[in-house]
Amino acid sequence: MYSVSITTQPEILPQLRRESLRRIIEQGVRSDGRGKFDYRKIAIHVGSVRTADGSAIVHLGNTKVIAGVKVGIGVPFPDTPDEGALIVNLEMPPIAAPTIEPGPPDENAIEIARVVDRTIRHSGFIDFKSLCIVPGKHVYMLWVDVYVLNHDGNLYDAACIAATAALASTTLPRAVIEQDQVRLAREERAPLKVNVDALPLTITFAKVGNTILVDPTLEEENVCDSKITVGVAKDKIVAIQKTDGALTRDNIGQMIPKAVELYRSLREIVINALQSPHRELII
Amino acid sequence: MSSQPTLIDLSKITSPAELRRIMHDLAREGKRIDGRAPDQMRPIRMEVGILSNADGSALVTYGDTVAIAAVYGPREVHPRHLALPDRAILRVRYHMTPFSTPDERKRPEPTRREIEISKVIRQALEPVVLLEQFPRTTIDVFIEILQADGSTRVASITAASLALADAGIPMKDLVLGVSVGKIGDLIIVDLNRYEDAYGDGDMPIAIMYNKGLVTLLQADGQWSPEEIMRGVELAYKAAESIYRAARDVIKSKYVEAAKTTQ
Repeated sequence: MYSVSITTQPEILPQLRRESLRRIIEQGVRSDGRGKFDYRKIAIHVGSVRTADGSAIVHLGNTKVIAGVKVGIGVPFPDTPDEGALIVNLEMPPIAAPTIEPGPPDENAIEIARVVDRTIRHSGFIDFKSLCIVPGKHVYMLWVDVYVLNHDGNLYDAACIAATAALASTTLPRAVIEQDQVRLAREERAPLKVNVDALPLTITFAKVGNTILVDPTLEEENVCDSKITVGVAKDKIVAIQKTDGALTRDNIGQMIPKAVELYRSLREIVINALQSPHRELII
Repeated sequence: MSSQPTLIDLSKITSPAELRRIMHDLAREGKRIDGRAPDQMRPIRMEVGILSNADGSALVTYGDTVAIAAVYGPREVHPRHLALPDRAILRVRYHMTPFSTPDERKRPEPTRREIEISKVIRQALEPVVLLEQFPRTTIDVFIEILQADGSTRVASITAASLALADAGIPMKDLVLGVSVGKIGDLIIVDLNRYEDAYGDGDMPIAIMYNKGLVTLLQADGQWSPEEIMRGVELAYKAAESIYRAARDVIKSKYVEAAKTTQ
């Protein structure tokens, strides 16, 4: 049935392993030794894809994603004639995990792309008015394509770091106006202006029993009861997306301020990476 | 075209910028463009059993937003490999009719937005339906938006919940949908299309009323953590009135049924 959302098949995991994993998590222990609110090791390489206008490779533990930005020219939306556009797309190619079949983005990929899109869009990170070339006629379009290379959980945060870092490293080709046509002079470039103060990032939590933890691995995602992603920019919440399960009011009250707190240290890591662009393409 | 009492004459407004400004000016006085109080829902209408072919069905309106939901099942799953050995699967489709928006015709094929909304509605319903009572079957929930005036996904959840109850499918609770938003510093419930388009934030929420659990939570715009919590509180308050109306509709259906079978 086309376009119907279907209850997902649970990952095949021996019952004993599932139960023991849940039990140790509820005792505050994670199988990789992290604390409940610790991120995995993060590595970010920006600017190493030479054919892209901006790019970033992000390692979040064993999760690996790559984001590339291509700048194009398009017609503005009628209700925002003086603003450029941002389009975020996420693909999960079959190289990323043994369970992934080739095909167009499924509902999970579409959901992640849309949440990352909303987080960036509402953060104030990009000045959409600065992307206007001729009001009502020609604007810059920022196409952000995120590809998952290795899926070990928390694709939201990895994809958002990659998209944000790729945009921060983007240079805009100069727009040349000839009569009524606009073309891009790809050899003449200026950096895309971004507001690093409002760097958009998501913070993803998983709930197992009554325990809440951040940055779940794929194994933790497979045994958790509920998952929630919070988009943060500076001190504001700019997106929320609950996926599985149900939450209490207290859960929400605990996670929202925690997300703002965790955001600060995650932001430091991303900003440091932005200051040292990579020439070599290292996957 | 709006049937809502309006505080201002929308036909005299010439630009989105002007509407945005008027909305924000009103919000500073705690007012909304349709004259509602911040915590006031639009008029709600609910009916069940509106489609004779479906096992359960419902119509829910929040003001000018009209959602209908049909439930088919529990029934056999095709293709069979989708079936789960220990419980039913839930299949949900949220769809907007091409004539449901006031501007241009919406193309009928599903958009990325509709695919995402179908998924979040499924995950808002899964925690309440006792799927384990019907292994190897599917419970299909189909939703069509006939008129869109903001808050369509949350009206859909309330409609789906009623249709499931109408189908007699055992549930842990009723789940009710309500949207919360903000205009400037004003936190409001049940956004209409203007508040959705020109406000500063939108937070759709679904609540299992008796258990007090949140099964759908999304947000966009810009919120402080404290505003998020105020919004959640408002949603709980609004869910209570929606719950009462929903319970009464289901109850009266069974009272009617009892009368005619005596």
